[in-house]
Amino acid sequence: MKRFHIFWFRFRRNRAAAGGAVVLAAILALAAFGPVLYDVDPFEMVGRPFMLPFDRYPLGTDVAGRDILAGIVHGARVSLMIGVLASVAATIVGVTFGAVAGYYGGKIDDILMRTTEFFLCIPSFVLAVVLVAIFQPDVVTVTIAIAVVSWPSVARLARGEFISHRDREYVLGCRAIGMPDWEIILLQIMPNALPPIIVVSSLMVATAILTESGLSFLGLSDPNLVSWGYMIGVARTVLRSAWWMAAIPGAMILITVLAINLVGEGLNDALNPKLRK
Amino acid sequence: MSQPVLDVQGLSVNFRTSHGVVNAVEDLSFQIGEGETVAIVGESGSGKSTAALALLRLIPDPPGKIVSGSVRLDGTELLTLSESEIRHIRGFKIAMIFQDPMMALNPVYTIERQIGEVLQLHLGMSRRERLLEAIELLRLVGVPAPEERVQQYPHNLSGGMRQRVMIAMALACRPRLLIADEPTTALDVTVQAQVLDLIQGLKDKFGMAVMLITHDLGIVAETADRVVVMYTGRKVEEGSVTEIFDDLRHPYTRGLLGAAKWEEGDGDMLREIPGTVPSPFDMPTGCSFQPRCPLAEARCLSDRPGLETFAPGREVRCFIAGEARS
Amino acid sequence: MIAPPTASNVKEPPVLEVLDLVKHYPIKDGLFAPDRVVHALDGVTLTVGRGETLAVVGESGCGKSTLARCIMRLEILTSGTLLLHGKDISHVGGRDLRAMRRRLQIIFQNPYASLNPRWSIGSLVMDPMRLHKIGDAAGRRARAVELLQTVGLGAEFMSRYPHELSGGQRQRVAIARALAMQPDVIICDEPVSALDVSIQAQVINLLKKLQKSLGIAYVFISHDLSLVKHISDRVAVMYLGQIVELADTSAVRQRVMHPYSQALFSAAPVADPRAAASKRRIILSGDVPSPVDPPAGCRFHTRCPYAKDICASEAPQLRAVEDRFVRCHFAGEPGFPPPAPLSEGKYT
Repeated sequence: MKRFHIFWFRFRRNRAAAGGAVVLAAILALAAFGPVLYDVDPFEMVGRPFMLPFDRYPLGTDVAGRDILAGIVHGARVSLMIGVLASVAATIVGVTFGAVAGYYGGKIDDILMRTTEFFLCIPSFVLAVVLVAIFQPDVVTVTIAIAVVSWPSVARLARGEFISHRDREYVLGCRAIGMPDWEIILLQIMPNALPPIIVVSSLMVATAILTESGLSFLGLSDPNLVSWGYMIGVARTVLRSAWWMAAIPGAMILITVLAINLVGEGLNDALNPKLRK
Repeated sequence: MSQPVLDVQGLSVNFRTSHGVVNAVEDLSFQIGEGETVAIVGESGSGKSTAALALLRLIPDPPGKIVSGSVRLDGTELLTLSESEIRHIRGFKIAMIFQDPMMALNPVYTIERQIGEVLQLHLGMSRRERLLEAIELLRLVGVPAPEERVQQYPHNLSGGMRQRVMIAMALACRPRLLIADEPTTALDVTVQAQVLDLIQGLKDKFGMAVMLITHDLGIVAETADRVVVMYTGRKVEEGSVTEIFDDLRHPYTRGLLGAAKWEEGDGDMLREIPGTVPSPFDMPTGCSFQPRCPLAEARCLSDRPGLETFAPGREVRCFIAGEARS
Repeated sequence: MIAPPTASNVKEPPVLEVLDLVKHYPIKDGLFAPDRVVHALDGVTLTVGRGETLAVVGESGCGKSTLARCIMRLEILTSGTLLLHGKDISHVGGRDLRAMRRRLQIIFQNPYASLNPRWSIGSLVMDPMRLHKIGDAAGRRARAVELLQTVGLGAEFMSRYPHELSGGQRQRVAIARALAMQPDVIICDEPVSALDVSIQAQVINLLKKLQKSLGIAYVFISHDLSLVKHISDRVAVMYLGQIVELADTSAVRQRVMHPYSQALFSAAPVADPRAAASKRRIILSGDVPSPVDPPAGCRFHTRCPYAKDICASEAPQLRAVEDRFVRCHFAGEPGFPPPAPLSEGKYT
């Protein structure tokens, strides 16, 4: 409990991170309660197309006469959900690979790390596009595709952390009392290795949201769900005449990604033992 | 003794922390004469390293602050000098070597460049002169093949060689005072002997004053002329090396020596000092050593003993030591 | 091969025997450079009797810490045999390895690194018992409190965390943890060198007290020679992965026979200014050579003040000379090694 207090004290002192946290909390609230409070189907034609914001609908309508605010509200859910789930999946896979590779070393490390590098050396967005294109574009495929392109960086970080802890005296001490490897990995090294990994995976949420937007922009998204990237994709043909149609979801992506990055940086400062005095 | 090289009077250093003000060094006075080695002995938290940094005005401010006192080097007061004047003293009149030479050497520059920097800064030598002088200095401190070594980087050298390079840098300007802060703690015994031998030899050669900060009483016995024992930021005993080892007065000195020195027939157990050094935030009342002292009496718990002078350069901070004397 | 050197006063069969232990590490210099080998241990043979303290001394790079980790089976042995109570443990795994860990424990140098900061003292001390399924939860808890009291800490430490403790207290916790399985041998890898002088004596006294009451044998790895002379029964001096001299401590106090031991012991500072004034001291030149390419012949010949031609060409064996074992061609010859030169008072 005491440790959490120290963490909270350090985190709060960082104003940018605190601001980011407030904004992020607002976006999360929007995603959680927005669709309930603003109960408009984002795919329904509610009026004529190209209506300006604050005319009849708060943010106007798009090329097909759909309510843009409804799209933003429902899209927040999709974008955040895919971002968070893909990051969690990538973190679990990456940490598993990295932990095993780093702890055991030798041939196991070679095999796991060559596999990781295989994924790292393919441009991640292209790989994601290919994966979604091969399977049908639904929310599960998109999440999996983003996770598949994101885990290698976590694996490398986790491997480095585990290598640095592997030969420390407390780990040798645990081996000397006959502790099984799984327990050393999960209960001894993991709590010490986790802080930098948490930082990287929180930042990964932002990247995942961007990747999802990119895929949706290209039309590679679940046709039954609206997301911010999809909205930009729809608006791109009318960018000259109705710029706000792309700018509104674009601004949402920008603000969300910025907020997540600020929070991630704040976590980094608060958790990074190197900066501790 | 004529005028001492270093004369420290009533030096006090405070640190402000979020838990309150800590007296890291309190009313410390001592002198070091020409060609003399004075050992400052103490455990972690005794304030011995802080005192050394305070002499060079290298205490980070804030949180640290030199509250009072006077530090004179050959009669010149250092604490009132301007920032640029004190910078000229550092490395020129007073040189310092540290426990870990790797921390003090810059890994990306050659030895020539690092020694040369000191020479250029304080003596304004030309490039050619600097190279020759650097080689000469390395030869002086016993680095083999100095012409080749001078072009190498710190990571090419062993721990003992690095410490020699540090000493060469420290000696570049023939300082009046050499502060050696645990100079051999990171070294092996046989290399430690080489480095101590070197420091003592150079001290005699140049007539430097040496302030040797250490926790190892063996090193003190073999190298020091006089000894200052510190505990929780205060000097508790000062005397010549023979007085400290043969006629010690303070129970803390006795404890330190008992824990460090054992002979056959001492029995199986070492003489230990019970307990631990008190936290600076939780200092005991009265004498700061009283919770660990086997001889503590009622007044030790209530009153703080002052330094009692028995002879010039022979001082003890203990009620009981004073009484045994009279 | 020679017979394992044993202490003359130990009659019982030894608890731990280390026979001709070799540990080489390959180091990679790059993709195309030939692989080189660090000769960390080259043929180390020693035995430890019940309740005995065997000190292993030497400078950094001599292999003493590698020896500790090899005995603990924390490293894979290149070759050689470890016998615990006469049973070969050099290659056992699984259940046998776990059984061996109950008999053999280790205490590390740095108490700030050897305790996981995320776990309470109580769970750290109970871990070994839990892993080896000794007693039930309540019983383990009671035993942990008892162990903490044995090492001079109260029951209130159970719920504290390592960062709340001083170095000396942490080392006591490490000792309690090692004691939890009632081992026969504890490897002490520089157990006090990270501690303040006044705390060192406390920890050493605790170790001695435990040895007396529990009959534990120690392999005491240290670079502090005056400490070793005080607490050990036998001393093994190591240089570049080999034992160069192995003798009873009482014999070592009288004299040493290997030129390296002579230099090592003469270099150790003695806390006595009068002794320092009339001390015989050898100051070796140079540093310990790299264990990657140890010198041919006698490994010490590059720094030995008495080296002759044979020393550079022929490697001496560890052999029995009078009351000890020495690895030197000339040991046992009358007047060898010559007394160290008398130093003039303090360091020159």
